[in-house]
Amino acid sequence: MPELREAVFVDGVRTPFGKAGSLYAETRADDMVVDCLRELLRRHPELPPERVDEVAIAATTQTGDQGLTIGRTTAILAGLPQSVPGYAIDRMCAGAMTAVTTTASGIAFGAYDIALAGGVEHMTHHPMGSGADINPRFIAEKLVDPTALVMGSTAENLHDRFPSITKDRADAYAVLSQQRVADAYAAGIIQESLVPVALRSVEQGWGLATTDEPPRPGTTVEGLAQLRTPFRPHGRVTAGNAAGLNDGATACLLAEAATAAELGLPVAMKMVGYAFAGVAPEVMGVGPVPATEKALARAGLSIDDIGAIEINEAFAVQVLAFLEHFGIADDDPKVNPYGGAIALGHPLASSGVRLMIHLARTFRERPEVRYGLTTMCIGLGMGGTVIWENPNWNGAQQ
Amino acid sequence: MSDTYLNQAEIDDLLAQVDAMGETGEVISHTRARDIDLPGVGTFVLLTLDNERDHTRPATLGPRTLAELYRTLVEQTARADIVGLGVTGKPFGLAAGADLGLIGNVQQRSDALMIARMGHAAYHLLHTAEVPTFCFINGLALGGGLEIGLHCDYRTVSRAVPAVALPETFLGLVPGWGGAHLVPRLIGPKKAVQVIITNAMNRNRTINGPTVFDLGLADVLLDGADFLERSLLWAAQVISGEVTVARQTEDDPQVWDAAVAEGRAIVDGIVHGAAPAPYRALDRIAAARTETRAEAYRAEDEALADLIMGEELRASLYAFDLTQKRARKAAGAPDKSLARPVTKVGVVGAGLMATQLATLFVRRLGVPVVMSDLDAERAERGVRMVREEFAGLHEKGRLSADDLNRLSALISGTTDQADFADCSFVIEAVFEEMSVKKEVFAEVARHVPEDCVLATNTSSLSVTEMSEGLPHPERVVGFHFFNPVAVLPLLEVVKTPHTDDATLATALAVAKELRKNAVLVADSTAFVVNRVLVRMMSELTKVVDEGTPIEVADRALQPLGLPMTPFELLELVGPAIALHVAESLNASFGDRFHVSPNLQALVAAKRPGIYDRDEHGAPYVGDEVRALFEIGDSPSTSEQVRTRIENALAEEIRMMLDEGVVEAPMDIDLCMMLGAGWPFHLGGITPYLDRAGVSERVTGQRFLPTGVAGLPE
Repeated sequence: MPELREAVFVDGVRTPFGKAGSLYAETRADDMVVDCLRELLRRHPELPPERVDEVAIAATTQTGDQGLTIGRTTAILAGLPQSVPGYAIDRMCAGAMTAVTTTASGIAFGAYDIALAGGVEHMTHHPMGSGADINPRFIAEKLVDPTALVMGSTAENLHDRFPSITKDRADAYAVLSQQRVADAYAAGIIQESLVPVALRSVEQGWGLATTDEPPRPGTTVEGLAQLRTPFRPHGRVTAGNAAGLNDGATACLLAEAATAAELGLPVAMKMVGYAFAGVAPEVMGVGPVPATEKALARAGLSIDDIGAIEINEAFAVQVLAFLEHFGIADDDPKVNPYGGAIALGHPLASSGVRLMIHLARTFRERPEVRYGLTTMCIGLGMGGTVIWENPNWNGAQQ
Repeated sequence: MSDTYLNQAEIDDLLAQVDAMGETGEVISHTRARDIDLPGVGTFVLLTLDNERDHTRPATLGPRTLAELYRTLVEQTARADIVGLGVTGKPFGLAAGADLGLIGNVQQRSDALMIARMGHAAYHLLHTAEVPTFCFINGLALGGGLEIGLHCDYRTVSRAVPAVALPETFLGLVPGWGGAHLVPRLIGPKKAVQVIITNAMNRNRTINGPTVFDLGLADVLLDGADFLERSLLWAAQVISGEVTVARQTEDDPQVWDAAVAEGRAIVDGIVHGAAPAPYRALDRIAAARTETRAEAYRAEDEALADLIMGEELRASLYAFDLTQKRARKAAGAPDKSLARPVTKVGVVGAGLMATQLATLFVRRLGVPVVMSDLDAERAERGVRMVREEFAGLHEKGRLSADDLNRLSALISGTTDQADFADCSFVIEAVFEEMSVKKEVFAEVARHVPEDCVLATNTSSLSVTEMSEGLPHPERVVGFHFFNPVAVLPLLEVVKTPHTDDATLATALAVAKELRKNAVLVADSTAFVVNRVLVRMMSELTKVVDEGTPIEVADRALQPLGLPMTPFELLELVGPAIALHVAESLNASFGDRFHVSPNLQALVAAKRPGIYDRDEHGAPYVGDEVRALFEIGDSPSTSEQVRTRIENALAEEIRMMLDEGVVEAPMDIDLCMMLGAGWPFHLGGITPYLDRAGVSERVTGQRFLPTGVAGLPE
C-alpha cells in the first residue's frame, strides 16, 4: 500500500453559463470543455502538459456532443499529448464534484500526480433524462415515489417535509443570491474564472460569450411572488427560486502537494475529505445534510469548524433545509458569499467545480477561515460534500 | 490619399445595377454582424460570412453578396460606439472566392466591370474604417476570400487551415479585388510572385495556415481548438495597444524588377505566352510598388473585365468544371451499385509498368496483390522494387512504420498463376503483342473465378480481340494508365462490345479507389489521348519529311502554350513506342496516320529522341540526326504547319466523336488535360479549335455550342 499523499486544488475555470435554448444553442458541449482545459494550461505554463495523468470530465447525458468518453475526446481536441488518458464520469448534478473526488483519490493513492477534472452539461442539446430508458420496476414496484424523477416536484416535497421553509423564505433567499452575484460581478470576482467561448449561430454569426447569461440583477421579492408554480397548483417552487436549465462547462487542475511545489503550481485549496450519501429520491434536496454529516465525521471536524460554505442552489428550499439543519441563518455571509446557482445557473454535471472556484476565492479573501466545504444535492436522492482546508489560513500564527 | 476610387454617385449606381439584376443563381453569402463585448476594451463588431450551407459548400462571392457586405460595412463602420471590426467565415472556411458560375455567365463587359467594382467598393471600406479592422482566417480562403483579409489592418490565421491560395491565374484571372496590389506591398514582390504566380500556375498549389503566417500574410498563428476566442482576445490586445505589429515594406526597385522578371520566366516556361492572365497579374505586381490604391483598383477592374470577356477564361472555367465534375463521375457509367468488391488483385508481368501498377494497387486498395512472371527472379525483383518504393515513402515520412509493414506484406510474387485463384481483378502489363496477351488471358482464365475482372493495360491493341475466345469475355476491360502512373490522373477505361455493366462498374470503382479520373472509351485503336497525340505527331513528322526544318515544325504549335513541344514529348514517350502506336493506327485507319521513314530511322539508330542537349539542357538538332534524316524539298512555314496540325486535330476528333469513341467532346478535352497536360486556356482542345474557327472550316460544325466554353455571341 502506498502512503497517502495530499491532493490540492490549484485552479478552476469555467465557461460563462447560458440559458438553455439561447446563448449556446448552436455551440458544442465538447468545444466548451476544450476551452476550459486549454485555459487551465494557458494559465499555468509552469505545468508541462505531458505531466497531466488523467482528464476526468463529467456529463449526465453521455451521448451526442457529450458522448464517446468525453474526458478522452476533449483531451485530444484540446491538444493534450496523446499519452494523456481521459474518461467520462456521471453522478448527475455532482458529476464534476465526483470527477474531483475520484481523481483526488487517485492522487492520494499515488496513481496520479496531476489531474484535470471538470464537467459539462449542455441542457439545450441534452435535456435532463433525455435518451434514458427508465426501468419500469421503479414505478411498478414503487421503488421510488413517482415524483422522484421530476426535480421540481422533489423540491415541493421538501417544502412539505419542512413546513417552516415557506415560499416567502425561499423567494427572499433567491433575491439574496441574485444580489450577491450582482455584487460579485461588480467587484470583478466572477469574471476572473471565466473563459470566453466562441458562439456559433447561423442567424447571428459568430459571437463570444464573456458573461453569464442567467443572472437577473434587480430581482425583487415582489417580482418573484408573481411567478407561476409549475410543479403544483399553489405550490412554492418557481423559476425564480430555483436554478434554471442551463448550458455550461467547468474544469479544474488538481495536483499532489509535492508535485505542485516541484512545478511551482499555486495551491488554492487542500482537500481534507469527502463523502456522498443517499436519501429518499423524492426528497433528493436534503442530500447535502447526511453527506456533510458523514464528511465531517470522517474528517474529525464539526460544522463549527467550517468557516465557509458553498452549497449548490438547485432550489432555494434545499439550501434552506441544509441551513436549518445546521442552525445557520438564511443570510449568513459565510454561505455562498458570491451568490449561487439560482442566479448563475446550474448546468448539471458542471456545477461541482463552480462551487470549488467560489470557495477558493473565499479562501483567498478570508485567511481567517481554516476550513470550508462544497456541497450539493444530487438527483435520485443523494448528496455530496467535500471539505477543504485554506492554505492561506493565518490562524496558526495567532 | 486624395485619389478617390469611386464617388458616392458611382457607388450608388453600382448598387442599383446589382439590385436590378434578375435571377442569377447566386448563392448569397450573407454578412452577419454581431456585437462582441471585448472585456476591458469595448464593443467589437464581428462579421461572419455565411451562405447557410454546410462545409461542403464554402461561401462564394457574387454581386449580391458583395453589395450586402458593402451595405453592412457602411452601416457598421459608421457606428461611433465600436472599437474594432473583424471578418471571419462560417465553420471551416472564410470564403472560396468569386462565384465562378456567375463569372462564366457574364454576357457583357459592363457586367464584368460591375462585379470587379463592387468587390473593390466593399473591400475598400475595410481600409477607410476609423477603427482597426481584422480578418480571422478560420479555414479555406481562396481568391476573393483571402483578399477580404488583405484589406484588413490585421490578420490572424488558424494553424488548422488546410488551404489558402490566390488561384486566379490558374483559372485565367488576376487577383483583382486588391490582391495583386496588396500582397506584394504586404510581403514583398518575391513572395507575392510565389503566391500569385508560382503556386497558382503549379497546378493550383495551396498553402496551409502555418505557411500563411511564415509568408507574412497573417500577423499571428493560433491553434485551431480555440481559434476564434484567441483571435478576438488578440484583437483586443492590438486595440488596447498591448500588442503592436511591425511591418516592413520592400521598395527597392531592383528587388521588385528581379522578382517580376523571375515570375515572367516561370510563366513563360508554363504557358509560353499563350495565356494572358499570369502576364496581366505580373504587370499588376510590377505596378504595385508605386501605384496608389485607387489607381491599382482601376487597373484591376480593367484587367478583370478584359479577362472575363476573354476566350481563355471561358475555356478555363469550362475546363475547371470538367475536372471538378465530369472527371469524378465518368459519362456513360453504369449504376455503381453493380460493382463487385475487389479483395485481391493479380498483376501479370513484373516489368517497370507492372511494378508501377502493383505499387498503386497495394497502396490505394490495401488488398493483397500478386505479381506473376514466368521467371522467378524477375517476379522477385518486381516485388523488391515495390517494397523499395514503400520504404522510400516511409523514409520521406509519407508512410508510417505500421503502414509500411502492412503494405510490404500485401505484395507477393509468383511464377504460378494458380496463385491468382482467389483474385477478383487481374491486370496484365506484358509485352505489347496480341498473341502474348491472348495467351496470358487464356492462362489466367483457367485459374480465376468466372466473374474476376480481366483488365489489360494495352495502349494500342484491340481489347475486343483480346477477349474473344475466352470463357466469359464480358469480364474483360481495358485499363489504360499514363506514364508515370503515380502522377498522371487519367485512366482510359475501355469497354468492348462484350463488356458487361457489372465489370464496367467494378473497373470504375477500382479507378476511383486508385484516385484516378476515369473516362469511358470505346475499344478503338489507341483510344483517345494517344490517337490525338499521334495524329498531331503524324502531321509533324510529315512536314519534316517533306522538308520543313525540325525546329520550325516543332515550334509551330508554340502559340497554343502546350506543356512541351511535340518532339520533346516524343523524347518523353520514346521513339520506339511512338512508332509502334503510329503503325497500329496506320494499320487501323490508313495514311492519315503517317509512318515516317525518318522516325523509323531514329528508332533503328536507337536514339532516345530527335534532339541532343547542350550543357544547359537546351535541345538542339545534332549532326547525327541531320545525317540520319532524309528531308524533302517542300518546306512549310510555321503558320502552314500549325494550320495543318490544327486541321488534323479537328478532323480526327470529329471522326472519334462520330465513331463513338467517347460520348462527347468534353471527354476528349478531359482526356487531353488529364492525360497529356493540355492547358486549361485551350479548354483541353475543342474550345480552342472552335474559337479559332478550325472545327467549322474543317468539319463544317463546332464541337461545342457557342457560349459553352467560350464567349457568348
